Order: sequence, then C-alpha cells, then structure tokens
Amino acid sequence: MDCVISGGNVRVLAKAIHSLSRIGEELYVEPQKDGLALRSVNSSRSAYACFLFAPLFFSRYTIPTCQTFRCKMAIKSVQAIFRSQVSLEKTVEKCHIKLEEQKNRLTFTLHCKHGLLKTHNLSFQDSESLQAVFDKDSYGNVFRCNPRLLVDTVTHFPPSLEEVTVSVNDERMWVRNHVEEHDQGKTMLTELCLGSDEFEHFAAQNHNSITFCLKELRGFLVFAESTSLPVSMYFDEPGSPVVLCVTDSVLEGNFVLATLSDDVNHCRSNTGLANSSPPPPDDFMNDDMDSYLISMDTSIAPAPSSAGAPTPPFVAPACSKQPAVANHRARLYSEEEDEEDLGSSEGPPNKKFCSLFFGSVLPPSSQTSTQPVMTQEVLASDSEDDSEV
Amino acid sequence: MGWRNVPYEALCLCFRTTMPLSTQSQPGEQHVFVASLDNARNLSNILKAIAFKDHAIFSATPNGLKVTVEDSKCLQANAFIQADIFQEFTIREDLVGFQINLTVLLDCLNIFGGSAVSVAGMSTVLKMCYRGYGYPLTLFLEEAGVVTVCKINTQEPEEPIDFDFCSTNVTNKVILLSESLKEAFSELDMTSEVLQITMSPSQPYFRLSTFGNSGNAHYDYPKDSDMMDLFQCTKTQTNRYKMSLLKPSTKALALSCKVSVRTDTRGFLSLQYLIRNDDGQICFVEYYCCPDIEVDDE
Repeated sequence: MDCVISGGNVRVLAKAIHSLSRIGEELYVEPQKDGLALRSVNSSRSAYACFLFAPLFFSRYTIPTCQTFRCKMAIKSVQAIFRSQVSLEKTVEKCHIKLEEQKNRLTFTLHCKHGLLKTHNLSFQDSESLQAVFDKDSYGNVFRCNPRLLVDTVTHFPPSLEEVTVSVNDERMWVRNHVEEHDQGKTMLTELCLGSDEFEHFAAQNHNSITFCLKELRGFLVFAESTSLPVSMYFDEPGSPVVLCVTDSVLEGNFVLATLSDDVNHCRSNTGLANSSPPPPDDFMNDDMDSYLISMDTSIAPAPSSAGAPTPPFVAPACSKQPAVANHRARLYSEEEDEEDLGSSEGPPNKKFCSLFFGSVLPPSSQTSTQPVMTQEVLASDSEDDSEV
Repeated sequence: MGWRNVPYEALCLCFRTTMPLSTQSQPGEQHVFVASLDNARNLSNILKAIAFKDHAIFSATPNGLKVTVEDSKCLQANAFIQADIFQEFTIREDLVGFQINLTVLLDCLNIFGGSAVSVAGMSTVLKMCYRGYGYPLTLFLEEAGVVTVCKINTQEPEEPIDFDFCSTNVTNKVILLSESLKEAFSELDMTSEVLQITMSPSQPYFRLSTFGNSGNAHYDYPKDSDMMDLFQCTKTQTNRYKMSLLKPSTKALALSCKVSVRTDTRGFLSLQYLIRNDDGQICFVEYYCCPDIEVDDE
C-alpha cells in the first residue's frame, strides 16, 4: 500500500481517526480496491464504525494487487500522529502512508511547511476482516439533517450521560436522556423536540423509541461536524442497531450502534409490525402539546428501555427466528412476570448493549452463513464484558 | 507563642502602605546584594523555566544573576538575568552565592497572583535584599499599595557541576526558531525513554527520534529550512538523551523565541534558549544534558 493525501484531506483523515478513537482501542486498516477502509469496534462489540475513503480521496492510491492485506494497530498511536489540530491546519501539506510489509510496519510521513518531515513508523498486527452486518436500507425510519442540528441537541446533555433515547412520530423527533427505571424520580430529565422541518429528510415509518450510547454518537458528530456533510440516521426498532451515516463523493462513514431492546415493543412489532407501536408514554410526553400522542394507546406501560434483552440488529422479522434470542426471551418470561423485574433480572447486563450485530472477525465469505452461530457466541461472552465504564 | 521555634522556609508579612517601596528597607542595614524590578514577572517567568527541582543556586556577580538547578548529576539548567534588566542592581562583593528553595521563592514572587494576568499598571514591584552568609533573602513585593515582605531561608551554596562544555569542543550547532521545536516537543512520544538527536552535515541534517511502544518516529529538519537560523555541523553525531531529563526544558522552550542546539565531542548536549520578557528585554536559559547511551555512528 502506498498512498498520498494532500492538503485539507489530511484533516479529514485526522478527524476520522479521532472519531474512530471514540469507539474502540484499535484501528483496523484495510486497503481495498474501492478505497481505504478504517474501522473500529468497541470491546463489547456494541458499537462499530467504518470509514471508507475512495481512491479519489487520495492524490495517489496504490494497493497490493496480488493479495489482500489487513492489519490493526493501537488507535492511540495513530491518533498521536494527528494530535495537533493547529499544526494540521497550519503546517501539514501532505501525508504519505506506506506499508512496509517486510518490516511489519506502516509508515506515516507528514510533509510540513519549512521542509519539516515527520515520519512515524508504527508496528501493526495482522487481523481478520472486521465487518458489521447491517442493512440500513431496509430500515423504515430514515432522517437526514445538517450535523449542526444533532450537535446542538447533544450539547444539552451532560458528559456523564451514557445513553439517549430517540423517539419519532410522523412530525417530530424527541431526544431525551435515558434514565434507568430505578433511577426515575431521582434524575433530571432533559428532552428536546425536533420538528421534521429541521431535517432535510424525515421519514418515520415506525413510530419507535430507541436507546443507544451517547458517547459514540458524540464521536460520530466530531467527524460530521468538521466536514459539515449532511448526516443520516437509520433505525428500525428497539434492539436493532441505529446506523449513522455521512457520505460524499470520496468518502463514506458508517457508525453502527446497538440499541437497548424493549421486549414489549419488540414483541408487538414482530407480530403486528411496528406501525402501531405508540411512542413511549411518559410524563414528558403527556406534557407535550401534541395531544394526539396522549390519545394513542398507552396501555403498554413500560418505559422504552425497561430491559436490555439482546436482540439481533439486522432485519427485524428475521431476528425472532434466532434460536439464541428466542430462548433467551422465553427464559425471561418464565422467570419473571413483571416487566419491571424483567430489567433487574438481567442484573448488570441490564445496562449493557449487546453485541449482536457482528459477524466480525470472520472471513467475509462465511459471514452470512454462520451468522446465527456467531450471534450466539458473542452474546454469551459479551454480556459480561464491561466496556462502558 | 510556639511558632518562633518552628523551622520555616519563608515568613511573609503583608501590610498596606502609602510609602513607595524604594524607601522600605532600613538605611542602617548593610546588604551585600540588592536588586529591584518593576515587574516581578520578568524574574518569576524565567525562573519557572528551570523550576524542575526545589533547590536552586543563586550566584550574583556585577554582570547579573545566574540561577542554577540540577538533576541527577546529569542535567543542569542555568537562567541568566543580566544586571541591566533590573532597575537597581547593587552588589558589594565579586560574587554573592546562596542556595534557596526555588518553589518557595516562586510562590512568594507570585504572592499577588501576579502570573495570572498582566494587566497594565498592575504589575508587582519587587525588591530583593540579601545581607550575606547565613541571612535570609528578603523580598519586598508591592502591588496596588499592598506590601508583602518575605524572608526566605538561604542554605549553604553547593558547587554547581562543571559540565566543561566549551565552545571550542562543539562539533555541531544549529539555531532554530523555537516555534518549530515547540511543535515537535509537544508531539513527542512520551512512551519513548530517550530522545535521540542526530546532527549531520549530510542528510538527515537535524533529526529528533523517539522509540516508543507503538513504533518509532523521526522529525527531520532540512538545513535550508526557514526555521533554521544557523546550521554548522561538521560531523555526523547521534546521541540519546533521557526523555525524563529533557522534559523540563520544554518549559524554557515554550517561553523562548530561538533555541541553539549544540553537541560537543563527548556527545554532551547544550540547549540555549533566547527568551524575550514582557518588556522586550532578552534573557537566556541554558540546559546541559549528558548523553544516555553511546550510539555508533552509522
């Protein structure tokens, strides 16, 4: 691999690496025919991010023709190369990335003003392919907006907040801090309502609420804000991952974040499709001027996030066929009648997002076929994984 | 009153006055060394650039004040403040020397919180007096009509290490604008134990290298760079210096506008920083550092 990035694109690359560093500890580098893929996944595998920089993004892009090459390295060490924003903006003229396979190192050379040359030789490890399985195009809820809108929205939440809940109906999107059931009444609730006219595109087929981690959303926004490219958000139902996406002609960034699953909503949506699911009824909603919301069926009482039961993220109807998930849910129901206890019966994993959406670390060819098995394995290991600290 | 018997490093007394500071010291007292400054920041800033250890050796001569701080017998930092930077600089002996706790001295110099803001007309006026061996160093600090008198205990001066770095033995010398080195130093991989400096009449001319956990990094400055004020290298030399020893010098680098990097035949490193103070006057800070490991020239 031998590629050269010049001028402003170095800053774009730097921002991408910076935002990937909010996801995981390692950077997966894969030079592909259709561009350079940079990926990261968090340790509990509940968040995944991928940037693909098209060959046109580079002023030179050559990759080994004979064999595929993949590697991973500590993201911190790559980040260190691009640490100084000031110097990136003022002094860096181009960046040369070169793979020296014999020496097992990836060389980043920054050509700066005044002839200063900064060469970083980073060691790497070979890695398998990292691919998340998601199909955002099948999702019913699609929103596109200026990143500013989301940036301005998340600034209202404290840095310590872990998760946000996003609810939608045909005209509005609500973003609020997610509060664990047992903490309700102790915590201040913050909710922002965004009208559909603030979006470039607003399509809410399923009136759902999803809850996901704010940290990764902020990470995504770090990048999106710097490029000012419109951002798209795709989601389906609780438990299916939310996909955040930023694209232009030479790059594509996808962030896939697990959402907390909501058993009740989930069952409903499986049986009667999600269109009839009400938005999450809570006091805040009732205060809202949209009286029609109140008139909707509020008999399903649980907060949208009463349980963290894992559900697979990809296409919704298929997921109920997953043996792992089905068993899991059955067990929960047999043990606990009460929805409130349902959450607590999960113990610590209650707050955990599950890492189901990975056929990761698998050769791409076998991904689809082994998906159910993989899901099961990952579920078993990752509910204990404490990465959200 | 038991406090009289408590050993102290400094005693401070603060009062409000209408008398100008110049008339504060009693005329009967004989001081071997008196120096005053309109703006105490001009002294405190430059002392901060060498404040990596508590103990500092003060040597005053008619030319000015030299303050020396050392670490592990491998590193020495000297701050030079010329006599003409002071508004008053009186010395009754050829050499007045004492050792003092630099941290305490800096705390006293900033007793009005002076370093935080440099609002015009709000500077701290300083007068330093020393009566001689065994006496404390007395500081009179005045700001907005409030005077603080600080007495800081002095200690027996130690003999500073003689690094025997003389300009005739210098093999390589470059002078850089500090700006370009500041960037490099702020990005240095601190997981590397050493900083390797290569100076050479041929490529890579002037190179800083680190060897950290995740790989190595090189910063190359071509000899014809705009950032290079002077390039005099006669022989390729590669030496390693302990990162932990060089780290404190970044404080001086941050204040400076130019830096001279020299190595001698033994591989000893001299870093000289040219520092411009608030009033545009020039002071120098100098660091000497022993090489860590001998590296064969390649």
